[in-house]
Amino acid sequence: MRIKGPRATAVALTLPLLAFIGLSFVAPLGTLLSKSAYDPNVANILPRTLAALDGWSGGGLPAEAAFAAIAEELPKARQARTLVRVAGPVNRLKSGLRRVLARTARQVEKTEYAGSWRAALIGIDPAWQEPDTWLAIQAAGARFTLRHYLQALDLERRPDGDIGLRPEQSRIYVPLLWRTLLVSLGVTLLCLAIGYPIAHLIATSPPKRSNLLLLMVLVPFWTSLLVRTTAWIVLLQRQGVINSLLVSMGITPDGERLELIYNMTGTFTAMTHVLLPFMVLPLYSVMRSIPPTHMAAAASLGANPVQGFLRVYLPQTLPGIGAGGLLVFILAIGYYITPALVGGRSGQLISNMIAYHVQTSLNWGLAAALSSILLVAVIGLYLIYSRLIGIDRVRLS
Amino acid sequence: MQEPHPPSSANARQLAALLLALLPGSLAAESITVVSWGGSYARACVEAYHKAFTAETGIEVLLEDYNGGLAQVRAQADAGAVHWDVVDLEMPDGKLACDEGIIEPVELAELPPGLNGEAPAEDYPPGVVSECGPGMLFYSTIYAYSTQYLKGEPPATIEDFFDLEKFPGRRGMRRSPLANLEFALLADGVPLEQVYDVLDTDAGVERAFHKLDSIKDEVVWWEAGAQPPQMLADGEVLMSTAYNGRIFNAQVLEKQPFIIVWDGQVLDLGGPLAIVAGTPRLEAALRFVRFANRPTSIANVAKYISYSPSRRSAVGLVNKHWETGIDMTPHMPTAPENLKRALQSDWRWWSDNRDEMNERFSAWLVR
Repeated sequence: MRIKGPRATAVALTLPLLAFIGLSFVAPLGTLLSKSAYDPNVANILPRTLAALDGWSGGGLPAEAAFAAIAEELPKARQARTLVRVAGPVNRLKSGLRRVLARTARQVEKTEYAGSWRAALIGIDPAWQEPDTWLAIQAAGARFTLRHYLQALDLERRPDGDIGLRPEQSRIYVPLLWRTLLVSLGVTLLCLAIGYPIAHLIATSPPKRSNLLLLMVLVPFWTSLLVRTTAWIVLLQRQGVINSLLVSMGITPDGERLELIYNMTGTFTAMTHVLLPFMVLPLYSVMRSIPPTHMAAAASLGANPVQGFLRVYLPQTLPGIGAGGLLVFILAIGYYITPALVGGRSGQLISNMIAYHVQTSLNWGLAAALSSILLVAVIGLYLIYSRLIGIDRVRLS
Repeated sequence: MQEPHPPSSANARQLAALLLALLPGSLAAESITVVSWGGSYARACVEAYHKAFTAETGIEVLLEDYNGGLAQVRAQADAGAVHWDVVDLEMPDGKLACDEGIIEPVELAELPPGLNGEAPAEDYPPGVVSECGPGMLFYSTIYAYSTQYLKGEPPATIEDFFDLEKFPGRRGMRRSPLANLEFALLADGVPLEQVYDVLDTDAGVERAFHKLDSIKDEVVWWEAGAQPPQMLADGEVLMSTAYNGRIFNAQVLEKQPFIIVWDGQVLDLGGPLAIVAGTPRLEAALRFVRFANRPTSIANVAKYISYSPSRRSAVGLVNKHWETGIDMTPHMPTAPENLKRALQSDWRWWSDNRDEMNERFSAWLVR
């Protein structure tokens, strides 16, 4: 089919937008996600070592050629400052190898070749006589790998090749994912419980008052997230406004101030407040379009207020509930600064681990795998939701 | 959408360059970015030698804060886009970074001589020198409390920090295994001289985490050194581990009723000042590091914050606090009175094991 005339112009006009979406959204997302399964660094930096290890599979020590190759390639990587790209992945496969590689790279430069690189390397660090060291380098050299996904799901590949659960103390990501989903669900429900009456009040107030109320919802919405979060710290801490008020009114004794922050209470309070506008605004826009005559009609046909609400009003606000719920839930799943600041230990959610692996441990593969899993979870929920409510009924404004 | 973006130093530098270019007749000053630990420690360094360095060389020092770790240094050296020129590292990280080749080696012989012309190799005790440069100051991780909130019998030992029955209430601790594992083992009855032997075994590490488990639910984790004094002043925690200089600063400058418990202190080395490999401002960075290592520079820091110089010839220069005039000696972590039960942090052990401990710690934290 050929597109001609005005239609072609219309398509051409969307090209900048498509290019923008491609450059700013699809490409970075794709690059990030590809890191979860594709890592060519070790293969590019230690090509000769990996070639020398080809065919060796852990029986005894590898041949002298492998020792010679790594003795050449490690110092070269150190000079080029790419050693960290090798040391990180290898260290994750066998803890402690980062220092072995770093120390070897440094020492080899000062070592004279005396007939055997094998003896020289083992002299620098005894770890070189363990087949496990070489197996780790070999495994890290694979360009394509599923180990980040396995780790993100608390699984591991056993030496015999089977996939099984990790030891109990290192199963952390799946429980964390559940915690994140539960916290997000809780925050969504709280936002709904608080936001629904507010939205109703705004939608049914006379214009002057409803504008004022709307402004009160929007001002926090426009305020920096960090400001709002720190404001909650000021309010909720032990010597904070709320506790001091309770003590001065004699409700709680001074010695037993309530612990409102650095626990789940803090997480829920601050997250609900931060995300509330995302619930109120869609609800408000839907409620405003419901003519007040509907409830009057329901009453005139004999429905009491509860029946009228449940059978006439509520069904009409479902698209708003759906839109608000979806927005709040998806935003909550990715939140990490607010819970990290006010949640204490319970404020550790899956996004904190993603941030940790991106910023601190530099394990981008695992971070990408965790992000992908989160993305799949959100898409899954979205599909369930659209099956239940129908996405065409969602109204954002 | 929620990540805060502090103005990057690149932007700041561009802005500074632009402003300078607009000033008629002024020379565009050279500048380097120095990354330190923020708060009262960074302030002490600025007062002690950043300003003097700029006055002497004309090189402007742009200060940035961080909370330790090698992640940014690794990422910058690896990407070849270095905008941090000099970083105040922790000793174990300094050694590891040196082996990895991501920081420039600073030869001891290139550093300024001691006060009476001693060679640097004589003036720095052997234990404070790593391959890429020497540690400059002794600081200590201690725990402290505020008498405003902790009344009655005061805690006196590291065991008391872990005793929730005697001292119920929240504890502040650094979000890092460093020093915390040592505290846990000391409180669990391991003698000072065996701490690192015990930590060297898997069972020993488990033992330390098991001890930390006993207070885990009460711990509020801090990352920046400026947080513990704040949490103590707010009564948010009953006791908190902290860098001793931060507590000292709050005591003398803010008149906070804080008490330091020196029992079980973990004595550590600050520095080395590391130059990130590949920086385009290598010469200026080297000049800065040499200036900072002058005995007078180091001693000046110790006049603002209670960290003790590692250089022998600098120790004698420290006497009175610069602003209040009080005697610094009893506040130093190295004062004999404070060293009765002090553990000297083994930075070589930490250099070898930090990665693994970080990993175990972060997994333990989310459990």
